[in-house]
Parts: sequence; C-alpha cells; structure tokens
Amino acid sequence: MTAKSPKPRVLLVDDYPDAREMYSEYLQFSGFDVVEATNGMEALQSAVERKPDIILMDLSLPVMDGWEATRRLKADERTASIPVVALTGHALAGISEGAKRAGCDAFVTKPCLPEDLVKEIRKILDDTTGARKGRRSGKYAKNTN
Amino acid sequence: MRKSLLKTPPSGLSSRLLAPPALVVGARARKPAPRRNGPAAYGGDPRVRVAVEGAIGEEAEFLAARVRLLEGFVSRTDITDCAQLALQWLGDVLGVRQSICLLRPHSEQTLVVVGAYGVPGSSLGRFTVSVDDWANPLVTALTHRKQTFFPSPHSAADRRRRPTTPFEDAAFHVMPLGVSGADESSGLLLVGDSEPLPSDLPWFTSIFSQKLDQILRQQALVEGDRRQGRERSLLYNIINAVTDPILLTDTEGRLLIANARALTLFTASEEESEGRRSAVRMNNMLLSSALSSKAIEEAGAARRELLLVNPVDGSDLVFELLSTVTEDPRQGSGVVSILRNVTDLRRASEEIEENYRKMRIAEAQARAESDRLNLIIDSVADPIVVTDAGGATSLMNEPAERLFTIPLHASSIEQRWVQANDAHFSSFIAGMLVSADQRRVGEIGLVDPKAGEAMPVEAIAGKILSEHGELTAVVTILHDRREALEKAHLYEQLKQASDELERKVQAATADIAQQNELLRRQAIELEQASALKTQFLANMSHEFRTPLNAMLGYTSMLLQGVAGPVEPSAKRQLLRIESNGRHLLTIINEILDISRIEAGRMPLQISKFRIPELLAEVKAELEPIILRSKLAVTMQIDRELPLLSSDRQKVKQILLNLLSNALKFTHHGGVTIVARRSARDRTLSLQVADTGIGIAPADQERVFEDFRQLDNSPTRAYGGTGLGLSICRRLAQMLDGRITLESTVGKGSTFTLTLPTRGRR
Repeated sequence: MTAKSPKPRVLLVDDYPDAREMYSEYLQFSGFDVVEATNGMEALQSAVERKPDIILMDLSLPVMDGWEATRRLKADERTASIPVVALTGHALAGISEGAKRAGCDAFVTKPCLPEDLVKEIRKILDDTTGARKGRRSGKYAKNTN
Repeated sequence: MRKSLLKTPPSGLSSRLLAPPALVVGARARKPAPRRNGPAAYGGDPRVRVAVEGAIGEEAEFLAARVRLLEGFVSRTDITDCAQLALQWLGDVLGVRQSICLLRPHSEQTLVVVGAYGVPGSSLGRFTVSVDDWANPLVTALTHRKQTFFPSPHSAADRRRRPTTPFEDAAFHVMPLGVSGADESSGLLLVGDSEPLPSDLPWFTSIFSQKLDQILRQQALVEGDRRQGRERSLLYNIINAVTDPILLTDTEGRLLIANARALTLFTASEEESEGRRSAVRMNNMLLSSALSSKAIEEAGAARRELLLVNPVDGSDLVFELLSTVTEDPRQGSGVVSILRNVTDLRRASEEIEENYRKMRIAEAQARAESDRLNLIIDSVADPIVVTDAGGATSLMNEPAERLFTIPLHASSIEQRWVQANDAHFSSFIAGMLVSADQRRVGEIGLVDPKAGEAMPVEAIAGKILSEHGELTAVVTILHDRREALEKAHLYEQLKQASDELERKVQAATADIAQQNELLRRQAIELEQASALKTQFLANMSHEFRTPLNAMLGYTSMLLQGVAGPVEPSAKRQLLRIESNGRHLLTIINEILDISRIEAGRMPLQISKFRIPELLAEVKAELEPIILRSKLAVTMQIDRELPLLSSDRQKVKQILLNLLSNALKFTHHGGVTIVARRSARDRTLSLQVADTGIGIAPADQERVFEDFRQLDNSPTRAYGGTGLGLSICRRLAQMLDGRITLESTVGKGSTFTLTLPTRGRR
C-alpha cells in the first residue's frame, strides 16, 4: 500500500450490477480505488493485473464461482497475500465453512449496508498492514472466539 | 420209649382165706394120759425127746411138750391146722378132753369154729356166734376179754343164761384169745369140763393167742391185697370201658397206668409194624411234650388240644387233653390225663367255620359289588333310570333323581316340571316295553326343574332279560344334549367370529401394508419436500436479500448524502424506507432460522466462553435502542461464574431477542439482566427482567408460539415478526436448556434462560 496510490484498491467481484455499482459508488465515495469484476475469471485477471489491496468476492458467480476463484487466488503466489472477503446473500450453514476452506479471510453476509462493508474492509486492511503475518483473518478469529 | 408198665389184675381172686375154714375135727384115737401136769406122750423130734426124757424126767417131758407145740406152730401157717394142733396138744398134754376154738374172721361179725377137739362133728353143726348178739355171754366174753366159767345148768333159767354151745349142758370155760392191747378178742377158746383147769392153760392161751394173732394178721394182709387187686381190677375194667384214652404219668412223664384205648395209641410191641411203632413213638413224644411240667403249669387244668397219629391207619386225631396233677403222699405227684377225641368235632367245627368264612366272603363280595355298582351309577353324571318290567322305577341315580323326583320344598312350578318329565319318560319307557327291540334310542324333551330351562336329552334304553328270556328290567341312560347343542352353537359362533377376525386381520394387514407403503412414500416425499422447502427458503432468502441489500444500501447512501444533500422531508421518507427494509430483513432472517431449525440444519458450534463478556456484547449491540428508550439497563452478575460450554452465537441471539423485547415493551422503570449459577443442578440462569406492560397468565404460553404477538391487529403498537420468542425457545431446547416466563400484567415480565453449565457434546 505504501508503494501504491494512497487510495486502497478494492477488487469488487459481483455479478449483480445494482449491488456491485452501489458498493462501488460508496467505496469510491469513502475514498477507495475500486476495480470491478463480474465473474471469477475476470476477478483472477484483475487481481493479477491490478494488484488490489483487498478483494470482495461474491460467491455465486457465473463462469467461475467465488469459491473456485478464491482457491485459485490463494494458490497463485502473486495473489495469495491479498485478503479475500467473501460476500454472500446465502445464509445457509456450510456456506461460510466452504468459504473458509476455499481460503477466504473474512465473511460478510448480505444484506450489508455500504457503510458496514466499509467498516469491515477498513478493519481488515488495518489488521493486514499492522500485522500482516500475524492475524490474517480477524473476523473468523473473533467469530469463533 | 419206655416199656409201659401194665399191671394186670391177678387172675382169679382166691377165696381161700375168705371161705369158711374147713372144719377139721380131731380124729386122733390116741388119748392123752389124764394126768394133771404129767408128761403126756407126744411125738416130735426124737432127739429132743430123748434128751428131755433122759435128763429131766417128767418135768422135762412137759417142757418138751411145750417145745413140741411151739415147733408145731412154727411150721403151720393155716389157722385151722394151727387150731387143730393146739387143741390136740391141749387134749394130749393137758388132758382137756373137749375144746373148741372160735375165731372172728377179719372184719366179719360172726365167730366161727376153726378147730374142735373131743366134740362130735354133729354137735358142732353150724355153731356160730354173731358178734352183734350182745345178749350172748360169749360175745360179752369176747368183747370184755374175760375168762368165764359156765357151770352146768341147774334150772331152766340157768340154761337160758348159758350160751348155746356144742357142750350143751356140760360145764365149760371160755377164754378169750387175741393180742393184748386190742379192744376185742380175736376169738374164744371153749374148754369143756376139765375142772380144775390145768395150770399150763394160761401159757397155752397166751402162746395160742399170739400164733392166732399172727396168722390172722397175715390173713388180713392177704385179704387186703386181694381186695385191692379186686378193686384195681374193677377200676381197670371201668377205665378200660371208657373210650377216651386215660393215662397216669409220673412227674418224669413215664406212663404208670393207661387204659386200653390209650395203649393202642401209646404202646406197640416189637412185633408191630414199623409204621405203627413210629406212629406210637411220635404220639409218645407229642404226649410227653404236652405233659411236660412246664406245659401243665402254663395251661393248668385247662383243656388243650393234642394232635396225635392214629397208629392203625395213620390218620390225624385231634384230642382235647385235660391234665390234672395229683398229689400222693406215698408215691409222689403224678399227672392224670384224659384225652377226648374231638377229631370229628374239630372237623365239623372247622367245616362250619370254613363255611361261615366262605359265606362272609361271599357276602362281602356281594356287598362290595353292590356298593361298587351304586358308586358307579352315582358317579355317572348322566341320569340313569332302571325300570322293572311293569314300567315302575326300581332304581335311579342322583342326577336322575333331580329330574324325576320332587324335592323337598319344591315350588309348584318345579313340581309341574318334574311331573312333566316323569310323563315324558314314562311314555318313552312304555314305547320301549311294547316294542320288540332290545335297545331304543330317542330324544326326550325334558326340563331341568331347578332352572326351568329346556333340557333335551338323548335316551338310550336297553332291556335286561333273565336267563329264561323274560324281561326283568329296562336300563335307561339319559344324556343331556344341552351342552352338546350349546357347544355346537358356540363353536359355530366361534368359527364365524374367527372367520370374521381372519378376514379383518387380512384386510387390516393389507391396509397396514398399504398405509405403510403410503407412509413410506409420504416420508420420502416429506423429506424431499422438507429439503426442497429448506432449499427453497434458502434460495428465496438469497433472492430476497439481494434486492433488499440494494434497497437498504441506496437508502443508506441517500441518507448519508452520498448523492448530495437531502431535504428534511425527503430524509424522513427515506428513514421510513430504511426502517421497513430492516423489518423485512429481520422477517426474512427469522423465517430462515425457523426453517433451518425445523429442517435440523441449524448446526451447533459448542465452545467455552465467559458470560460477562457475552452480556456486555449484547448490551453494546443494543446500545442505540437502549439510548432511544431512555431506560436503565443494569446487570447483576454472580462472581465466579463458570465458563459456559454452549453455542455462543445462539446464546447471544437468545439474549439479544429477550433484551430487545424487554426494551420494546417497557416504558417506565428499567431492565435488569441477572446471571446466576445453581450449583445444585449445575445450571446457569440468565434472567432479563423488565418493568413493562406484562403478560396475562392466559397468554404466557402463547407468546412462545410462531408468529404470535399478543396484539394481532394490523395497526399494532409494537413491531416485530412474532417469531422471536418461538426461535428463542427452540434454540434453548437445542442447547438442552429452557426459557421460562414469570409476569404480572402492568408490573413487568421476567424471562429466564436456564442452561446446563456443561452444555451438550
């Protein structure tokens, strides 16, 4: 983040335009550089090309779903260090577990108000910059207590 | 065997001594010298005579005469001889010309002449003297033992005083003869006309008396013997005449006397056959054992039975033995036994006894037979009636009596039934009697008199004929058909019921199988439907949330002025949108929770956590509402609360719900949160107590039902889905806990969540 633009870059992956654009607008309003992707493949490409500081990943995606994309991101050393926050409207049991197994660092359930999402992103980014090697997934740690 | 000692009586009883002695009249021609005291010529031993004559002369001669007499006495034992010698000597030596000797034979009442000298036989005649003739001076002389002189009579009176003797009117002396000491003299010596009496006469009398005494005594002895022999003979004749054996045995069992009958049983000579002798030996053995002193002592004089063998034919003889011990001072004791032949008697008695016994046995058998028959008849449950040839009842058993006899205290109806039965039966029997059939089987419609119910019976009758073919009786057995009919009826019913049941069971089984199949399918369908529903709800909630997310997001952005400043009126409207959107979101979340719990897809994540931190979090999360409500929320937390092992998120969800409810329904006062442990049942209770509107007792259970809010009106005062408490209760149950409620309307409510400290695995 130090070597990049002062604005943290967020890769926002969501196939639902209204949600994607809403979060995008609010993130930009809140001072983030936003890169958008509509599916897993695009997300992988953008992650490599644009090197975001954090990735917001919807799990139900066309072409390549969020789980697969996350696994690949975490498998690619170029992108493995980027925190991935799973973002899903699915509330059924097993979803968050699956996301965790796929390598997600945090999990946010939709509906999620834009300001709440920004709070979550800021917290993760603070944790990551503060102790990048230490606590990689603060939210899980807090949730599982 | 001892030789039995048979004592036969002496043959022929000699009457020599008893017969009157033959009179021997001295017929010697020699006349003695009529010299007084002079030596008489005499015979005798020549040596003695020579010696006496030579040495002593006359005196010596006289002495020799005495010796001669004595010698003569010594050699004579016959009394007549003796008397003749003595009288001869008297005449020869002492010169007594006439003399007569009278003697009283033993135990006779007459004096008879045993010797005479110088008296003509004609005058002796039948000279006897009766001892009983007390008037006779001779008897007086005899009894008084005195010497008497009868001088020749001078007058008729004198003559009358004199006894009549062969001396007739001649004078004579009477001298008693006999032993001194005896009461009476044994006899008399009559000496005729020899005045003066020779001086040697007393000596002679004495010597002669002694000799006579001796002879008489001997005669008496012989006579006694003879009489005894006669008596014994008589006795033998008597006992021989008795047909029963009679025996006298000594104490050693030796046979002393036996009668003829006894002899045949107990004696046998060497010439007898061996069989007979052995029979006799056997009998003696049996007798002596029966007569052993012990046996007699035991039985006394009682009659006993003695079994002997008849030596003649070997047959058994039964005797009744009567033994008596006789005591004889001279011969010692003996045993007199009389045997009575009771063989025939015994046989007859035995026969009678045997007949009697047979009769008794026969009688007992007959009685037993009769008893058994009665018992059999009575023990037969079916009525049995025996009727005679005339149709009259002669015998019936107890079951039959119940049908055909009128019992005591019978009611009139009962009596009628019995009479009816009797009539029916009589007609049946009458039909039987006139028919030629040996057996007859028929049905009779009787009535049980006691119960008054119809009693159809099967009657089986059989004729009993005598050996001549005459009808003696009819035996009828009645068999109650009721039971059989009832059984048949019941069996039919049972069979129907069984068939029915079987049909029903088959139908039910088929039905159950069908229903099982249906249920199985329904279960599968339900499971599928449930899964589909859950999936559907999950999808729906996703699909709901996605647009809701955009709506709430943009509303929030508008309110934050992301798109520029918002007019206050517009802001109010935006807040309404936001509020309703949030409510819709809550509804969606809660529906999702319910469906997840129902589908069993609400996973638990058990961990150990601290209560105070959890409560602080809950309070902090609801801080905006608390601030808005202006209520005081206080916490009372026990110290040393243990770690709770449970699903933290679920516990938190419950507490959030309870607290938000309390805040929602409370307008004054405050809300108190209490955390307390109970060591007793290892539970932890978390209480949320408010001072709100409260819940009426009738409604306290309903608040936990789905979609239940007490105010159901569309314009209700309080928001919420009505699912909150329902979810809380389900979650508490999942955690092995419970939620209870205490409330008073207008005072407030207290919800208590109680959880086990250990939690579930």
